[in-house]
Amino acid sequence: MDTQNISLLEGREKQVYEKRAGGAEVDIACDKTSLSGSVSQRACVFCGSRVVLYPVADAIHIVHGPIGCAAYTWDIRGAVSSGPELHRLSFSTDLQEMDVIYGGEKKLYKSLIELIDQYQPNAAFIYSTCIIGLIGDDIEAVCKKVAKEKGIPVLPVHSEGFKGTKKDGYKAACHALMTLIGQGSTEGISKYSINILGEFNLAGEAWIIREYYEKMGIEVVATMTGDGRIDAIRRSHGATLNVVQCSGSMTTLAKDMEEKYGIPFIRVSYFGFEDMSKSLYDVAQHFPDRPDIMEKAKEIVRDEIRKYYPEMQKFKAALAGKKAAIYVGGAFKTFSLIKALRTIGMSVVLAGSQTGNKDDYRALKEMCDEGTVIVDDSNPVELSKFILEKEADLLIGGVKERPIAFKLGVGFCDHNHERKIPLAGFIGMYYFAKEVYESVMSPVWQFAPRKGGKR
Amino acid sequence: MAREGLTINPAKTCQPIGAMYAALGIHGCLPHSHGSQGCCSYHRSTLTRHYKEPVMAATSSFTEGASVFGGQANLLASIETIFSVYDPQVIAVHSTCLSETIGDDLQQITKKAKDDGKIPDGKYVIYASTPSFVGSHITGYANMVTGMAEQFAVSTGEKTEQINIVAGWMEPSDMREIKSIAGLMDAKIVLFPDTSDVLDAPQTGKHEFYPKGGVTIEALRSTGDSKCSLALGCVSAEPAAVALDKKCKVPFETLDMPIGLSATDRFIMALSKAAGKPVPASITADRGRVVDVMADMEQYFHGKKVALFGDPDQIMPLTEFLLDLGMKPVHIVSGTPGNRFEKRMKEILERAPYANFKNGGQADMFLLHQWIKNEPVDLLIGNTYGKYIARDENIPFVRFGFPILDRVGHSYFPSVGYSGAMRLIEKILGVLMDQQDRMALEEKFELVM
Repeated sequence: MDTQNISLLEGREKQVYEKRAGGAEVDIACDKTSLSGSVSQRACVFCGSRVVLYPVADAIHIVHGPIGCAAYTWDIRGAVSSGPELHRLSFSTDLQEMDVIYGGEKKLYKSLIELIDQYQPNAAFIYSTCIIGLIGDDIEAVCKKVAKEKGIPVLPVHSEGFKGTKKDGYKAACHALMTLIGQGSTEGISKYSINILGEFNLAGEAWIIREYYEKMGIEVVATMTGDGRIDAIRRSHGATLNVVQCSGSMTTLAKDMEEKYGIPFIRVSYFGFEDMSKSLYDVAQHFPDRPDIMEKAKEIVRDEIRKYYPEMQKFKAALAGKKAAIYVGGAFKTFSLIKALRTIGMSVVLAGSQTGNKDDYRALKEMCDEGTVIVDDSNPVELSKFILEKEADLLIGGVKERPIAFKLGVGFCDHNHERKIPLAGFIGMYYFAKEVYESVMSPVWQFAPRKGGKR
Repeated sequence: MAREGLTINPAKTCQPIGAMYAALGIHGCLPHSHGSQGCCSYHRSTLTRHYKEPVMAATSSFTEGASVFGGQANLLASIETIFSVYDPQVIAVHSTCLSETIGDDLQQITKKAKDDGKIPDGKYVIYASTPSFVGSHITGYANMVTGMAEQFAVSTGEKTEQINIVAGWMEPSDMREIKSIAGLMDAKIVLFPDTSDVLDAPQTGKHEFYPKGGVTIEALRSTGDSKCSLALGCVSAEPAAVALDKKCKVPFETLDMPIGLSATDRFIMALSKAAGKPVPASITADRGRVVDVMADMEQYFHGKKVALFGDPDQIMPLTEFLLDLGMKPVHIVSGTPGNRFEKRMKEILERAPYANFKNGGQADMFLLHQWIKNEPVDLLIGNTYGKYIARDENIPFVRFGFPILDRVGHSYFPSVGYSGAMRLIEKILGVLMDQQDRMALEEKFELVM
């Protein structure tokens, strides 16, 4: 199929928007399920729950269903732990035909007992996969029974793959976390304290962020869920403020905590100098009676930018005028990436996400330059088409997009689970610029046919 | 630890990914996952990590409605969308645990699609039932390959000189090697499926939605008239050969996948016999070189204990090769259930009564690790997931099988045939000798090995 001259997939016109002077108001039909038969880059409810809870390192994560769901999510996310590493193991009830006929409750019960005896975890998460709802297993009952017998929280995660989109999986994960929150003692928690929400410690990013806040004199009660610990989560309702990144996955939890415990929340992003600085200032502003916190924040920003700014100019000189395409999971990340790319002289010609909502896309339009294409729930044909049409030099995406970029002769930066170096924080911006520079300027491109084989 | 229900660190995955991989070996085919969106996404991601290639497949994108009313409407809509937008020659539909549990009948739904005129002239929809709660990814592969044979092969009544070679689950590099061997022998074959030039495509500046490789529909149709079939692997390839025999009276012979010296010998002889062509001198010389290296380096292999895990059709001949090299395969695990493995392993391991082997339920990486702790080994062979054990126990590790997520080479250099045997020897020796160098005391650190 010639991907250069294709039209949009029928029925997808409303999920694609091109910003033009005097053009129509953006009205992307997002929040809709993918068209049957499309080569969508999206995943399912289970995937959403699994990625959010996965980094909790001192709990066991058992996938209740046939083997695949456990196999495909075995240690694929580089969410690092400073201590226990139970999350890196793969546990499955490996349901067989007879279990599907007679039910899998007994198997689940036995598996849980065996696992808890073997690994002595601080909690257990039980993920229901597609067929669990259909075969009628009462996993709530099993969880209650095991929790009582073993004296640890055993939490069902209702993540049947087809029951919504990845966002519903986030909600199910937040619901499980919410059950834990409030169970621990808040004694000794400082008034100047926060929880870091929606930061998963990929390549150690949560540690970088945590260190900034601690330098400011703020106590971090829990990170959810990067380098996560059950005890910290259980007492996280003692924090004064929730600081939410990756708004798609954790806003539900922040709202629930606000309602139940009266903890306000702010939305932040740790990508790029601009947003990273703002996320420190915004937190400092929440504690006006302690001007030293703001002073410290300013000092950190000044020192860090001074440290990395000169190096960045080198990258900027080489990258100025290059064009980027962005296709990532959440829309909020897209905002930061646009700003971060501008810092290094690059413009954005395609911006899209798997799970953005109407407000996200409206904000995205405001930020983008004219001619930028905005897409929701895109597919490889569309991505290839726009990358070629708009002559992008770089694609930012996840695992399935990487080889497409390389086939097209375009640089690539993984801004998803498979990043190998931290991209958050000031140092992360430096790494990001370096990675983009290395990929876009790679010597391989002198040998590779590019841009549709034309050069 | 006694276990009844639980699988820890599986040595297998589920059927649909195998069906997807097999379907990618048909030219101009778009695999279609009839289930939730996540299944398709996971399979594409895993295959992409293994091959570093774009992997295209569509999904029925099940919703709650579909689970109540059945997935027929989703599949019919999918077929329409796919033909009008992605324009493949073939859609290869596989089911999932969800659609199987709901009770969707793929045969009936594809028939309805045809009756309703949703399948354009000259285009095809094939299907395979691949419930995730039965068998493994290997079963799914076998089921889709069987579907290809059953649904495409036509018998015109006139037999040809052609030989069908049914590829068990192997790499594109392996399929390329099999075709090359047949070419050297001047044997007329049709190999199916064939993922070479699909999942090892060159960089061209374009994203080819349907790369140039893959067995053509014409070739698949012609398999019904072939004079015989050779099935390379009793688990992943034989069912398709059986189906061809049933439908079109094509007699077949099942062989081990040609991994290592003895299994390659048998394959070369069987192909030579079937084609009525002598073994060319160049192949004999290739074999001679393998035997030469085995002799040159025999002292490094002798008595070394090996643990291996993976898919049955690959590890059965590999076990035999390790024995041919003078090594001791002591622990062998395969997550894929089925008694063919046990039967064949018993034959191969007659020379090695000391070996532990297990397949099916709880034959997982946890068990393998326990065995290795009880009886340590000098070498571990298996897919990427072996790296945890290799690191914990400081064991030299050769990556072999599926998936390999952390190295390249498997899709470019074959493991089958004499060149494959040579590559395995090189890899095994490489890690053993690196370990010897790394661990040697100063005075025992040798220049010449």
